[in-house]
Amino acid sequence: MRLPLLALLVSGPAHGYELKQALENLLGSAYPQPNVGQIYVTLGRLEKTGLIAGEDVEQSDRPNKRIYRITEAGRETVDAWFEESTGEPRVRDEFFMKLALAPHTGTANQITLINKQRRHYLNTMRDLSKLAAGEDRDNRVAHLLIEGAMLHLQADLDWLERCQEELE
Amino acid sequence: MNRDEPSGPILRAAGLVKTHRPEGGAPVHAVRGVDLRIERGEFVAVTGPSGAGKSTLLHLLGGLDRPDSGSLWIDGRQVDSFSEARWAVLRRNHIGIVFQFFNLVSNLSVADNVELPALLAGRSPRQARTDRAELLEELGLAGKENCTPGELSGGEQQRVALARALVNSPSLLLADEPAGSLDSKGTREVLRLLARFHQRGQTILLVTHDARMASAADRVISFFDGQVVDDAHLGGGRSRPEAGVADVLKLKG
Ligand SMILES: Nc1ncnc2c1ncn2[C@@H]1O[C@H](COP(=O)(O)OP(=O)(O)OP(=O)(O)O)[C@@H](O)[C@H]1O
Ligand SMILES: [Mg+2]
Repeated sequence: MRLPLLALLVSGPAHGYELKQALENLLGSAYPQPNVGQIYVTLGRLEKTGLIAGEDVEQSDRPNKRIYRITEAGRETVDAWFEESTGEPRVRDEFFMKLALAPHTGTANQITLINKQRRHYLNTMRDLSKLAAGEDRDNRVAHLLIEGAMLHLQADLDWLERCQEELE
Repeated sequence: MNRDEPSGPILRAAGLVKTHRPEGGAPVHAVRGVDLRIERGEFVAVTGPSGAGKSTLLHLLGGLDRPDSGSLWIDGRQVDSFSEARWAVLRRNHIGIVFQFFNLVSNLSVADNVELPALLAGRSPRQARTDRAELLEELGLAGKENCTPGELSGGEQQRVALARALVNSPSLLLADEPAGSLDSKGTREVLRLLARFHQRGQTILLVTHDARMASAADRVISFFDGQVVDDAHLGGGRSRPEAGVADVLKLKG
């Protein structure tokens, strides 16, 4: 969450709650919402490392709020984030590790593992469909996020099928 | 079926076996002992790799193919010993089938393709016309009545096939890859239609490769090498329904 928060601050200073809302508005309800506490902790860390700077603003009727702005170093960190390519191929997959190691432990049957994993993926797919149905139609970013997750799941399911064909 | 008190499963199969014996080729054990029970109003998806025997199974359940052994009950009636003619009547009145490759009559108009099964089932021409118009409207095909299937897009043909299968309000809809050749928008469309009919109580058995379609069902059967390897009820009994979502949607950073 560190880098997304930093990226949001590029367009102007904001306080913690505003950042939480900006993130929610951008990504919709499918994205697991960070709680305010997590946001403040992250902002505290970012400030300590000099990537953002905070300033208390007095409010007449409420406690002070802390407004953060991005620093030069923060800006460079964001640029570097966008510069670097993302996402390695899925060669580290915890499920696959279990599948490969199952014969060694003798505790779990490989086909049982695959079936269990398939149920899990299908239920996740179902949850995603529900989220998509409930999401604001005009929030294209949120819909794309869900669609991407679904396509990944479809690939995961196809791959499970391959595993099953080979191991059956 | 037009019985006073429908009860029990709409479909039950026990020990279904089907081996294809192509001339001059090796026998293919397409369905190797399938037990199945489908309740009224259920929406069941069957998934599995190409060649697993899904279409063969669906053909057995619709009486288009005969099992080598095993028993089949539809709405409480044992049908595996039915003659060709009795099966045809059963299908006309109670089973709607969407084939993997549409099977529309190419030299008939869209309207005739949909009305034909209604007429065969004994509906009056007027009733058939009314039902057809209603369905085509609902499936977004109004205005296409006079086209022949060749003049339609793949997605439209698929919807005509769905209309044809549904025109007699079957107690059971068997659909084999009803969105097989469609892109993701077309698939969503078919899915929306199936879900709508399901909500009105339509019992559906859907064969699909598409996990999104499968996950719309209440129950997903995994079919491998002629056998059921898993039979999962979706939705219920999960303690943290959103946990999986969080896993897939994790952002970096
Ligand atoms: N009429 C037939 N004669 C001979 N073999 C057949 C016949 N129909 C199907 N088969 C064989 O039976 C096996 C199962 O075929 P089936 O069409 O049921 O698979 P499927 O699961 O529907 O596959 P797909 O997902 O590709 O549609 C395949 O090996 C196929 O070649
Ligand atoms: Mg098939």
